[in-house]
Amino acid sequence: MITFEDVVKVYPGGSTAVDHLSMELPTGKMTVLVGPSGCGKTTSLRMINRMISPSAGRILIDGEDVTAKDEALLRRGIGYVIQHAGLFPHRTVLDNVATVPVLLGETRRAARAKALALLERVGLAEEFAKRYPAQLSGGQQQRVGVARALAADPPIMLMDEPFSAVDPVVRLQLHDEFLRLQQDLGKTIVMVTHDIDEALKLGDRVAVLREGGHLAQFGTPRDLVTNPADDFVSGFVGKDRGLRGLSFDDASALPVRPVEGLELDAAGKPRGGTFTKADSLRTVIDLVISSPTGVAVRVGPDGAPDGLVSHHDLADYLASRRP
Amino acid sequence: MNLSYLFDPAHWDLGVTGSIPELILSHLGYVALALLIGAVIALPVGLYIGHTGKGSFIAINAGNAGRSLPTLGLLMLMVTLLGLGLLPVLIALTVLVIPPILTSSYAGMRNLDHRVVDAARGMGMHPWEVLTKVELPMALPVMMSGFRNAALQVVATATVAASVGLGGLGRLLIDGLAVNDYSRVLAGAIVVAVLAVLVDLFLALIQRWIVSPGLKGLS
Repeated sequence: MITFEDVVKVYPGGSTAVDHLSMELPTGKMTVLVGPSGCGKTTSLRMINRMISPSAGRILIDGEDVTAKDEALLRRGIGYVIQHAGLFPHRTVLDNVATVPVLLGETRRAARAKALALLERVGLAEEFAKRYPAQLSGGQQQRVGVARALAADPPIMLMDEPFSAVDPVVRLQLHDEFLRLQQDLGKTIVMVTHDIDEALKLGDRVAVLREGGHLAQFGTPRDLVTNPADDFVSGFVGKDRGLRGLSFDDASALPVRPVEGLELDAAGKPRGGTFTKADSLRTVIDLVISSPTGVAVRVGPDGAPDGLVSHHDLADYLASRRP
Repeated sequence: MNLSYLFDPAHWDLGVTGSIPELILSHLGYVALALLIGAVIALPVGLYIGHTGKGSFIAINAGNAGRSLPTLGLLMLMVTLLGLGLLPVLIALTVLVIPPILTSSYAGMRNLDHRVVDAARGMGMHPWEVLTKVELPMALPVMMSGFRNAALQVVATATVAASVGLGGLGRLLIDGLAVNDYSRVLAGAIVVAVLAVLVDLFLALIQRWIVSPGLKGLS
């Protein structure tokens, strides 16, 4: 657990970046710090690994003050990913990834073997190992950046706008891969972004900060969407909060009608999209709206259709859910 | 004027005092000493200024001031102050090589990608490791270009040593002029020019060898 205890950061010149921030970031979860520029999110992140020192207050990792440890040793135990990756241009991809294990005293050989396995893990083929960062695309560089941060298997990872510098298509792909990776690894992750969609998609917890370094709300993505603390948060979360809130509920309780009169396409699949009980209500709404037959088809675990949902069924169900 | 002096085998006999190979060696000796002393002084200062940003005006002005200082005039001043000998020559030549080395090591450090340096610190490198493992290797292409620049200048200018009674390829120019032996003067000029090119090629090879392939074509 990472604990912020009444942390203040005032920069020389008097501007307050972080104003009495207190929060607890749970172990094994991903907490996203989100807010407009100047809200102190990056400053807060960088105080965790002491790249910036607080003006007042303390930051604790599992109860231990971060200032108790040697600065460099503290950082070696915390993965660090930044925007544009910040790879060492003079080192091969493999040696970039091997950096921290070598700093920690592993032999270059052992560190490289580990690095190779990690590259595969983040979806880079072995042929990339011998290349230099300049020969990689932005998305590939960012994967190397993530692999480099993971190399020493740190329990904590800090990520400062890790996906901001890549194009939207690659970004979505990196998101999904990263979520899968995190499901396996269960690291304590703190990520900074200015993109609320990214925050709601990736975060187990989201801390919304506002200008001047005030914490506006700290909670799960669902809390933020369904129960925003104030106008700032609801404005920041966006206009389509109602629709967005439905992405947190699955379709298990959605009543369906028996399968009859099912239209099949040329490939023998039901016309209109299919969904399972695990898909979100938002997905189902989208399917029903875009279905040429006006119904979406629910399929069971075996992939066989076991129910139909129409516009009316959806509307009735949503109306019945109103508190 | 002809090339007879240059191609006379008698002038290429290493054993003979004043032969071309012997003059080349003493010439290279002055060059190497000046570069070595210049680098020992200018590299740390340039790196420090570039790293901290403190005293940038020194690095920038040193480049301009150094270029406008006539080496021959400085040499004569040093001889007047210190008397004849190797020392005044080395001082004059060292003053010549310091500006390009200082300016380029400053520029190399100043123009580093700060995000990479930030990543290095954030990963837990000590300041010394950041300098030696990240900053220096990345600044090397720019630093080497300044060093090559200094080497080219000092190879050409080390001919002044002969004007105060020392050796080096300047002997061919000074002595040739003294006795109106223009073939000798021409030989000196050609050998100095060829030597400058060879020294630069040699340093280019070293640069290829010590600069990471990842930085090629980027600076």
